[in-house]
Amino acid sequence: MTRYVLRRLLQAIPTLIGISIISFILVNSTPGDPIAVRYFDPNITEETKAILRRQLGLDQPLYLQYLNWFAGISLRRGDVVEEFAVGQTTCTYLAWLDTTLCDTQGGILRGNLGTSLSTKQPVWDRLLERMPATLELGLAALLVSLLVGVPLGVLSAVYQGSWFDNTVRVLAVVGNALPAFWFALMLIFLFGVVLGWLPTGGRQTVSLEMRFDPVDRLQHLILPTVILALGPIATYSRFMRTETLEVIRTDYVRTAKAKGLSPFSVWFVHALRNAMIPLLTILGPAITGLLSGAVVTETVFAWPGMGRLTLNAAFQRDYPMVLGAVMFFSALTILGNLLSDIFYGIVDPRVRLS
Amino acid sequence: MSTHFNATEPAPNGAGEQTLLRVEDLRLYFRTARGVVQAVDGVDFDLQRNEAMVILGESGCGKTSLARSLLRLLPRNVDRFTGRVYLNGQDVMQLSEDEFRQDIRWLKISFVPQAAMNALNPVLRVGDQVAEPLMEHLGIGKEEALAQAREAFLHVGVPVDFLHRYAFELSGGMRQRVAIAMALVTEPDLILLDEPTSALDVLTQANIMNVLKRIKQEHDTSYILITHDIATSSELADRVAIMYAGQIVELNDAAQFFTQPYHPYAQGLMASVPRLRQKRDPTFIPGQPPSLLTPPSGCRFADRCPARFDKCDQDPPIYQVGERRLVRCWLYETESQPVPLYDTPVQEAHSP
Repeated sequence: MTRYVLRRLLQAIPTLIGISIISFILVNSTPGDPIAVRYFDPNITEETKAILRRQLGLDQPLYLQYLNWFAGISLRRGDVVEEFAVGQTTCTYLAWLDTTLCDTQGGILRGNLGTSLSTKQPVWDRLLERMPATLELGLAALLVSLLVGVPLGVLSAVYQGSWFDNTVRVLAVVGNALPAFWFALMLIFLFGVVLGWLPTGGRQTVSLEMRFDPVDRLQHLILPTVILALGPIATYSRFMRTETLEVIRTDYVRTAKAKGLSPFSVWFVHALRNAMIPLLTILGPAITGLLSGAVVTETVFAWPGMGRLTLNAAFQRDYPMVLGAVMFFSALTILGNLLSDIFYGIVDPRVRLS
Repeated sequence: MSTHFNATEPAPNGAGEQTLLRVEDLRLYFRTARGVVQAVDGVDFDLQRNEAMVILGESGCGKTSLARSLLRLLPRNVDRFTGRVYLNGQDVMQLSEDEFRQDIRWLKISFVPQAAMNALNPVLRVGDQVAEPLMEHLGIGKEEALAQAREAFLHVGVPVDFLHRYAFELSGGMRQRVAIAMALVTEPDLILLDEPTSALDVLTQANIMNVLKRIKQEHDTSYILITHDIATSSELADRVAIMYAGQIVELNDAAQFFTQPYHPYAQGLMASVPRLRQKRDPTFIPGQPPSLLTPPSGCRFADRCPARFDKCDQDPPIYQVGERRLVRCWLYETESQPVPLYDTPVQEAHSP
């Protein structure tokens, strides 16, 4: 088991490197750059902008920028300087290459996601700061989607062809098809504006003290959770319906019935456990999906989470911030898949051995 | 129906013999997209305690449907499920679904399925699955139930440390033994065996049949063995029922049947079995069994029968041609001895 986990973690390394290259290229190919989008002021001359770009290394070829971000090593041709050190950065002039080589002690290779261009804070600190809000929303949505989606799917299969089944199936299609941002606005309008039962956004009521008030927090959590859980509920119910229908036709469930076991045993001991196994395979990626896919929901509800942070960073062309978030979510996805495979082995003895 | 197989005089209750199961006019029809399938169409038979009856017939003749209907394991598309099934004198068809589940299934009638690989739950240990009916039906604690499962394992020749294994870790023969242990563990009156050896190699088949024979000798158990393997079934059978197109066409003692069957279809079946030191090719029955969607009126075997005559256009009644010996064929309106239709050298009877 330990060897298996270690092997999987080793396999993750090339994957992450690949992701880092692709996302670096993609982020850098967006129109504009951090300087262009941030300094609309016509008083800032092109010369100033050029100096700023040079300071950030944006004048360098893309592969050198990548090397700097990835390994924390910057190469600059023609900069004749003596050896010097500023802060953690140490530089050497390589005369034979006519190049200055600087080691910034950073780079994602060394676990350093860099510094946000817009706030000059470390990217990791900004992510960490927003993580609790995202986790709170993501876990709430996961819980709700499982608690609602799985029973809906199983009952749908048990009463196959009934009005209940048909309703669930139609709602599942609708749930998958509804655009989250539109439905979120409708819910905000209904419950927040017309009825006034729930707050329209944010994680808690803004006040001077900002005290922790569980009821207030829960009220803020309801609408975004519903929106975020809607898609997964639809997916899980459809998935569980299919799996359950398949399992109740198997010979071993017929054997369980032939044994005269109570419906409870037939369903929960024999059928459901087998039907749930495939769910685990989609659950791992789904968990990361809930954490990273909350961008729209977090934005609509002004939820102070990582999704909204990433979106804002993208608007500001805060390259290190966006890339840091992408790398974080990628690592999370790989971890989620690994965890679901491990769980798979725990519930299905056939996987455990091989 | 005027004549039932068991509407005749009850067999004299000899040495401790008593009727365990009596089935009268059992019918199981399914609704399908193309119409109603008459899978079991008016079946009558009876079975004594500690007797093994083999139900022979080709694929699709309703053997498995008959077994399922005895255990009331019906699919969703049942159109008609009627008849009387007396178990120890009690008409179990009158029981509610819940009563049937609690009182009959596995306590009175258990079941050894066809493919034990799929019939055992892949994610539960086989020992737990064997012990499960004891815990559910008799309220026995887990430890005691596992101890009894262990006994059952020993009985059918499965190493006891297999209790903690999963089905996929066992060979086909071991799985089948586990399935038999599971069927035994509650000591039911009747065990239905649905082709228990058809997926196994010949050696394992022989082993399993020996296990079944031993169990029958040691316990008071009755068997209904469903198969199309005539040779293997002859080792175990006391009685033989031949099923054709949803009906039983011959019900006979094994000794008599394997020597000289009565019904033309049964004779054809026997003639099709290859024999040791036989020079000529085995005979085969031309044609196909009729569709169970719209069975022909009259004798269902008529189209394939070498002895067809005018009367065969009408439904043949059931004739009694000896003690507990019944045949559904017009030939026996007048005859009471088998009318040989196929050129089969008479075989030595298998000693049952």
